[in-house]
Amino acid sequence: MAYKNFILVCGGTGCESSRSDEIYKNLIKEAEALGVSRDVQVVKTGCFGFCEKGPIVKVLPSESFYVEVKPEDAREIIAEQVIKGREVKRLLYRNERKAETAKLQDIEFYQKQFRIVLRNCGVINPESIDEYIARTGYKALEKALFEMTPEEIIAEMKASGLRGRGGAGFPTGMKWEAARKSPGDVKYIVCNADEGDPGAYMDRSTIEGDPHSILEAMVIAGRAVGANFGYIYIRAEYPLAIERLKIAIAQAKDYGLLGENILESGFNFDIEIRLGAGAFVCGEETALLQSIEGKRGMPRPKPPFPAVKGLWGKPTVINNVETLANVPMVLTRGAQWFSSIGTEKSKGTKVFALTGKINNSGLIEVPMGTTLREIIFDIGGGIRNNKKFKGVQTGGPSGGIIVEKDLDTPISYESLTALGSMMGSGGMIVMDEDDCVVDVSKFYMAFCVDESCGKCAPCRIGTKQMHGLLDKITKGQGEEADLVKLEQIGKAMTKASLCMLGGSAANPTLSTIRHFRDEYLEHIRDRKCRAGKCKDLVVYEIDPAKCIGCGLCARKCPVPCITGEKKKPHVIDGSKCIKCGECFAVCKFGAVIKR
Amino acid sequence: MAKMTLDQLRALRAEKQEELERRNVEGKDIQVIVGMGTCGIAAGAKLTFDAIVAALEKHNMASRVVVRQTGCMGLCYVEPTVEVVMPDMPSVIYGKMTSEFAEELVVKHLVEHSLLDNHIFDRPAVDIVKH
Repeated sequence: MAYKNFILVCGGTGCESSRSDEIYKNLIKEAEALGVSRDVQVVKTGCFGFCEKGPIVKVLPSESFYVEVKPEDAREIIAEQVIKGREVKRLLYRNERKAETAKLQDIEFYQKQFRIVLRNCGVINPESIDEYIARTGYKALEKALFEMTPEEIIAEMKASGLRGRGGAGFPTGMKWEAARKSPGDVKYIVCNADEGDPGAYMDRSTIEGDPHSILEAMVIAGRAVGANFGYIYIRAEYPLAIERLKIAIAQAKDYGLLGENILESGFNFDIEIRLGAGAFVCGEETALLQSIEGKRGMPRPKPPFPAVKGLWGKPTVINNVETLANVPMVLTRGAQWFSSIGTEKSKGTKVFALTGKINNSGLIEVPMGTTLREIIFDIGGGIRNNKKFKGVQTGGPSGGIIVEKDLDTPISYESLTALGSMMGSGGMIVMDEDDCVVDVSKFYMAFCVDESCGKCAPCRIGTKQMHGLLDKITKGQGEEADLVKLEQIGKAMTKASLCMLGGSAANPTLSTIRHFRDEYLEHIRDRKCRAGKCKDLVVYEIDPAKCIGCGLCARKCPVPCITGEKKKPHVIDGSKCIKCGECFAVCKFGAVIKR
Repeated sequence: MAKMTLDQLRALRAEKQEELERRNVEGKDIQVIVGMGTCGIAAGAKLTFDAIVAALEKHNMASRVVVRQTGCMGLCYVEPTVEVVMPDMPSVIYGKMTSEFAEELVVKHLVEHSLLDNHIFDRPAVDIVKH
């Protein structure tokens, strides 16, 4: 038995609600009716991430991609495609811009993702250097060692428009040039793999999936700036990433791609791993350097910038993992290719860790200029359980919330900053109507209180004070004057902090106050949390008219604080209630009311 | 291997490139690739990996199949993920492949040459190294 065709019908929630199940059944029925059920297998699949054009049907091996298919189209698909081997032209996905039908592999037509950084993630065995080499690995290094001068490498990097992916977006080529021009016999390359934003895991996944791309990039950077030694600073919480880096380093040394006289070029470069203890502030470059030197990780004022005076006072280039992962492709495919992707000022792609109340959470990579709406609703498949979108937090505890009206903004360093958020390292947390903005701001501020190194007063004192005010508001003890105080302290911290930890710590609070002032006021004036997240403001009650006295809530109550006779309305004792919401969740009659 | 020269690296690349494309290692023409980043492992990818190896033994397929690991495929919402590449069948990524589906995968896909319902997910993007 061997099928000649496979018809894949999307069974994701989006397509299912537009009758994909009927399409599936009809296809099977028609295949039988036309006597070809032995030639074709009809399969239900998971979400294809193109819900906007659903229901989606894909035929293999011809890779025909049909959109907005209706149940009555089933007969035509079977009759044309399976029996006559012709595509059903009218159902093929058409690209609006080019007005031509698209094949599956024409990525930009229907798949919104474009993978440069993640090119090998999920494709090669990360513990095999041979597989990396097979996929053009270390080809850029060949170029850098034998075909290009250091100046040419830097010129290529500058022409590519690649900017730092750690958050600030400083042009990589300029950073390298500054380090090259700084006088000094010893220089260093440092890879910043101290990824610390809650909800962010781009760098971890990149290293776990493709460790050699980082090593290759560091050797290239070394050649460009005239450095012979590199450190990878990675947090100890990433054991698998560390393990794979160690394997990769050993393999590269074994092959002579790292160490002395690389590929007999006369160029030496070695790499060591340094483990961080997981302090958020060590992601800040000057603090990171202190930590590598064995000192307590605390930032110092800039300038001098690390490119001039870095590790042990020597010129040092610090690049983030994602930035480095781009480097080999910039050299292999050329600056012109790279700069053709993205927007005018933000070139290439960006990796995001898409999490929160989203259907398809995942590690995604999109060209700069993609809109947040495309990311959340096309790639992410929309909000879980059909809830209402409230906002998306980019840049973690340093970023801000972006709301519905701004979702169509094309992503770039500048556009996100203009919206009061930032690119950050790439965490993207989606919130729905059940999330409380005050509660979220309090969470991020608590994170900053914990992670502030304490060196400068604005950050040390400011985060603590802001957290106290937010806590007061969530407990129903807030005053309107508190909002003014929050804004004043926030602005002072932004201006006066030594590093960006303090300089951006107020962003989540300030942006939520700007977009959701009414919700803050509701907490303060009406002592009400509409999302029901702020426990002190929530009251659970039982509606005696609806309660049938089944006793389920009383049995589930962990306190217990619900009493009542069988088959008679129960009562919640508000003084004992811990507001866990268990009774609300289990009641089948809607008798428990939350307000 | 000893340290390489430029020419040796190029020769190795050409050789391995072919190997990866033909997907043919030591006479084995089927590849089962399990996504094993931290995310995949946390969702049970190691158990899936072991269960696939056991199922291959059981159904006498072990001599034809290479079971490999890879990093995160990016489909975090359906971990663990498994890709199957074999002759005469379209390459497919399966999601939600916890260990209890390992045998079904081996029997249906590898032995019977049919696809599994409700487990197929799409590769998230085109491969820029090939195109």
